[in-house]
Amino acid sequence: MASETPTPYSSKDSVVCRNVSKVWAAGTRRAHEALRDIDLDISPGEFVVFLGPSGCGKSTLLYLIAGLEPATAGEIWSFRDRVETPSPERSLIFQETSLFPWLNVWQNVTFGHAIRGVPEAERKAIAADALQRVGLAEAINKRPDELSGGMRQRVAVARALSMRPKVLLMDEPFAALDVQTRQKMQDFLLDVWRDSGASVLFVTHSIDEAVALSDRIVVFTARPGRIKTIVTNTLPRPRNLFSRESEALRIHLTDLLRDEVDRAFAEQEGLVPAA
Amino acid sequence: MTDAAIANPAPAAAKASAVPPGTAETWSTRLKEKLAESGPRIGWTLVSVGLFAGIWELLWAVGLADPKLLPPPHVFLGAFADQAKFFNTATRWSIGLNPADGPTPRQALLITVGATMGRVFSGLLIASVLAVAVGVLIRYFHLFEKLTLPTITLLSPVSPIAWLPVAIFIFGIGNAPAIFMVVIALFFHMVLGTVAQIDGVNRNLINVARTMGATKRQIYLRVIVPAILPGLLMVLRLNMFGAWMVVLIAETTGVGYGLGQVIMLARNTFNPSLVFFCIALIGFLGFASDWVLRMIQKRILYWVPETTGVLRGL
Ligand SMILES: Nc1ncnc2c1ncn2[C@@H]1O[C@H](COP(=O)(O)OP(=O)(O)OP(=O)(O)O)[C@@H](O)[C@H]1O
Ligand SMILES: [Mg+2]
Repeated sequence: MASETPTPYSSKDSVVCRNVSKVWAAGTRRAHEALRDIDLDISPGEFVVFLGPSGCGKSTLLYLIAGLEPATAGEIWSFRDRVETPSPERSLIFQETSLFPWLNVWQNVTFGHAIRGVPEAERKAIAADALQRVGLAEAINKRPDELSGGMRQRVAVARALSMRPKVLLMDEPFAALDVQTRQKMQDFLLDVWRDSGASVLFVTHSIDEAVALSDRIVVFTARPGRIKTIVTNTLPRPRNLFSRESEALRIHLTDLLRDEVDRAFAEQEGLVPAA
Repeated sequence: MTDAAIANPAPAAAKASAVPPGTAETWSTRLKEKLAESGPRIGWTLVSVGLFAGIWELLWAVGLADPKLLPPPHVFLGAFADQAKFFNTATRWSIGLNPADGPTPRQALLITVGATMGRVFSGLLIASVLAVAVGVLIRYFHLFEKLTLPTITLLSPVSPIAWLPVAIFIFGIGNAPAIFMVVIALFFHMVLGTVAQIDGVNRNLINVARTMGATKRQIYLRVIVPAILPGLLMVLRLNMFGAWMVVLIAETTGVGYGLGQVIMLARNTFNPSLVFFCIALIGFLGFASDWVLRMIQKRILYWVPETTGVLRGL
């Protein structure tokens, strides 16, 4: 077993995937291959965006890296450790809202502190600080069902950040936001990312967002998801999204994706038996 | 509108704001608010029951309902003073008392109702505490599940009637067998209900707690228990009606005294008025207990949004 060798992979890397595959419900009739042979090395402090057609396994890969689901084959490492269980070092922001409805906003943000027995006054201060950063200082005592969808997602971001993770896994966190709020959240995320030195793995369907945020862009094939290509984004920061270079990158990504989305649809149509 | 009517609200508001909170003034306004809120519901309840009673009375008036078999409401309710004396069965257990020394018919009625309600609620309480504990343990400890769940599933379809002899063998006569009957009739279903609730908890919520480093114990205490609370209270409310049904069975068969005993007496002495009087009484008590549980539910589940408004808008 590889787990007997302490560190076969560079211990500096924040995430290493080696030949990672995932079959949901493996060994049953409903077995469903989501990911195949993923090889990926992510350095500390790197901002990596996942792009790919719907259903190609992007969320699945984040689940595996978070340690919430076991890989069917292959290994995932984070720094010195083999990923086998979840860890507060790797925070995941889920695609669907996932606030605890019975806790108010600040209690949600500091859930991770509460289970460690951090006293209430301190937790309130942590929450106030984190909420300030996502522009929700006013909402500190509200309940989740009193917030809009976008506000809930920002609370989830504040919650993940308050854990000071080394790897931040974000599954389409800003998909529900309007363009202006999304812009603000992106700027804010870039600030936090620079300050914290954490690696960010960020799933999005928005090519604009990928161009604006990433150091590297991982483009996935249609299901079963494989890495089609990894595009390095060398545009200087702060980014000018209207420059000719960013336009060229957008066009390049659009071309890469179009093939895969077409393939994904073709496959799904093939799945429907002819009447 | 007159000038006075327009001018009125201002002084009233000034007066209200001058009174410190918690005084009689604010209590009375709060009471008024409550009434305005629940008034229509109470009204509709009366209309609904009134409609039903009205049809019955009509059938009696045209001679379709034989008052000897199906006495209409005005007969069985009107005969209350007469009927109340049958509730003296409440004193049966205190043999040797001079009947004249015993409770008055009204007191006897209260004792009977109190005894039955006491059994319903202690049974319900014991059954729910035990069932929730066992249900959570089943999911918490895999071995415990393997050891208990098959037996629990096996026993849950057994009718409470079948437990009746067991209740008498073990507990004899008194409160204990009746409470045992309620507990045994509800326990197995409530365990299965609890397990189903736990299985239905949103995976994301559990995963959030996991990524934050929560232990299994913490996940159960801080995520699963609050997440299943709304479902559990619903299960509790539904089973409350079940408890009312079972307690009557336990009481009619001579396990103790109480409303069931009175119905048995009515049956043996062929007294339909008394039967319907008891049915009306039980209906009212069940309705009232459901209302109490609903209030408790609202209090505890402050985070559960009201959906009835949406449904009504359809
Ligand atoms: N818990 C699960 N059990 C079984 N199959 C699953 C599960 N989660 C996802 N899948 C399947 O795995 C495949 C990949 O799903 P995944 O959610 O990772 O896609 P995605 O790339 O995140 O898609 P989207 O962009 O639409 O969010 C899909 O075909 C889906 O049906
Ligand atoms: Mg997804």
